[in-house]
Amino acid sequence: MVDINSTLKISLRALKVNKMRSILTMLGIIIGVGAVITMVAIGSGASERISEQISSIGSNLLIILPGATTSGGVRLGAGTQSTLTLDDAEAIQKECPSVSDVAPVLNGITQVVYGNQNWSTTVVGTTPSMLNVRDWNLSSGKPFTEQDVKSATKVCLLGQTVVDNLFGDLDTTNQIIRIKKIPFTVIGVLERKGQSPVGQDQDDTIYVPITTAQKKLFGTHIPGMVRNIMVKANSIEDLQKAEEQITALLKQRHHISQKQENDFTIRNLTQMMEAQEQSSRVMTLLLGAIASVSLIVGGIGIMNIMLVSVTERTREIGVRMAVGAKMWDIRLQFLIESITLSLIGGIIGIIIGISTSKLLSYFVGLPVIISIYSIFIAFAFSGLVGIFFGFYPAYKASLLNPIDALRYE
Amino acid sequence: MSLIETKQITKIYKLGEIELTAISDVSIKVEKGEFVAIMGPSGSGKTTFMNIIGCLDKPTNGKYLLDGIDVETLNRDELAELRNKKIGFVFQNFNLLPRTTALENVELPMLYNRTPAKERKTKALNALKMLGLEGKEKYYPNQLSGGQQQRIAIARALVNGAPILLADEPTGNLDTKTSTEIMEIFTRLNEESGITIFLVTHEPDIANYSKRIIRFLDGRIISDERRSNG
Repeated sequence: MVDINSTLKISLRALKVNKMRSILTMLGIIIGVGAVITMVAIGSGASERISEQISSIGSNLLIILPGATTSGGVRLGAGTQSTLTLDDAEAIQKECPSVSDVAPVLNGITQVVYGNQNWSTTVVGTTPSMLNVRDWNLSSGKPFTEQDVKSATKVCLLGQTVVDNLFGDLDTTNQIIRIKKIPFTVIGVLERKGQSPVGQDQDDTIYVPITTAQKKLFGTHIPGMVRNIMVKANSIEDLQKAEEQITALLKQRHHISQKQENDFTIRNLTQMMEAQEQSSRVMTLLLGAIASVSLIVGGIGIMNIMLVSVTERTREIGVRMAVGAKMWDIRLQFLIESITLSLIGGIIGIIIGISTSKLLSYFVGLPVIISIYSIFIAFAFSGLVGIFFGFYPAYKASLLNPIDALRYE
Repeated sequence: MSLIETKQITKIYKLGEIELTAISDVSIKVEKGEFVAIMGPSGSGKTTFMNIIGCLDKPTNGKYLLDGIDVETLNRDELAELRNKKIGFVFQNFNLLPRTTALENVELPMLYNRTPAKERKTKALNALKMLGLEGKEKYYPNQLSGGQQQRIAIARALVNGAPILLADEPTGNLDTKTSTEIMEIFTRLNEESGITIFLVTHEPDIANYSKRIIRFLDGRIISDERRSNG
């Protein structure tokens, strides 16, 4: 075996002799590795934010909206018709095997009052399964029950934004707030959920039993009318099936023949969001690829300097060959030199990449995620660059004719 | 079996279309323990001959047996190994590695036969001591005089226990007094340690230290005389 220790010592000395040159050569790798890590951190930060938002609206979600109305030949938008009812929601729950939870929604924006504070917010009438559908927990209190829905009790769950605006730091338990002048008892507070993918404040909401909303707050054109129905499928694979089952069921319930247009629309939120996440992942890859180009340019810099170094040290190579250095001894000497250059550059690059990412997130507020994975890859890649671009100069050195090398001026 | 035997070796260099015969039909036998001086004007082929003897080059035609080994059959790495074991080189311009201490310069040949670090150091220190360079092991070549540098080179040539020392104009860059010192070292090595020495020189004074003088002219040996007094 080759004495790695001594060879390493020789290589390090050679690098030390030309300090400035070594540093400048490393700079290429430093910038390359730093750029890769920063770019990937920014990219994955962005896609992580998107996937957080996706999970904040709830996973495997379908939203069923009523169809468009046609009034005197003018077609209005989806949701303008009121064709969905509580019975539809119950039927979906009972008859669609791919559906795990169903939550009908009847909502409206209205003024709420507590003491001398008031606030305008979205009041959502729904059923207890809403919390499951949206993957939403309570931070305090308890949810309303099926019983509350049956008897249309005047209880409510508050979102954090509503709590902040009406109560500030005060205790909300069993306090009475007025929604459209009707007193409701606060029985629980929803956990903070943050922004939705489209930038809405999801915490600016109040949940009440759907029957209460229908009878006391918003009224209905037809009995049991709801504005939309949120459905959670068993799994992401079941989304498609759930959509088909619901379509079939509602067609049958609404007496729609094959040729007629549906009086409802099903939106697949998860799919939409995933497309968005996918595109941000592609973006991350693209950023990483662009940054990798600078790493390759850095590698070419190493190759350039190593070729110069071999030429400069032709005599030394000749002496080493004369006293018995074999081809691989010479190759290893120069390879270790280039690998050392690129690995030290890689380590400094990692440090700079991490600091840049942290600074960006601190000062610019970009979401960044520095993954161990990308650090490892960048480090390994810089080592490979050293081997790849160091090999040709090392190979060239090992092929020198010892006689010519010894006489080289 | 002779230590060194060449049988009608010829070396032809090709420079494009032109063929240049550096040496032709050179046959010699050198036994163990001889002290040979190779003389001749520049261009007479003595350096080419030394390169072949030193296994740095192979003859175009003819056979070269080093300690019974036919050099023709060896590849690059085998030649390197042979040089490492059998031959020590001393050059006119010393050819020490710059920015490398005396000790590390002497350790160099042992780096390439995988001698353990500790043994390397002991042997190198001994070799330096033998050449009167005790206490200079941490010095860099450029901090030492020409004579001292050449002695480091000799220590390097001998440290691996090589039986053959090839010296190409070893006193060419040294003053008379230092030259004498170096030649006395060679004589001592030859007489006391039985090391076979090849010395290329064009100075008769230096050649006089040897016991056998081979003269080259135009790539051929023109005389080969043995001298009784060293």
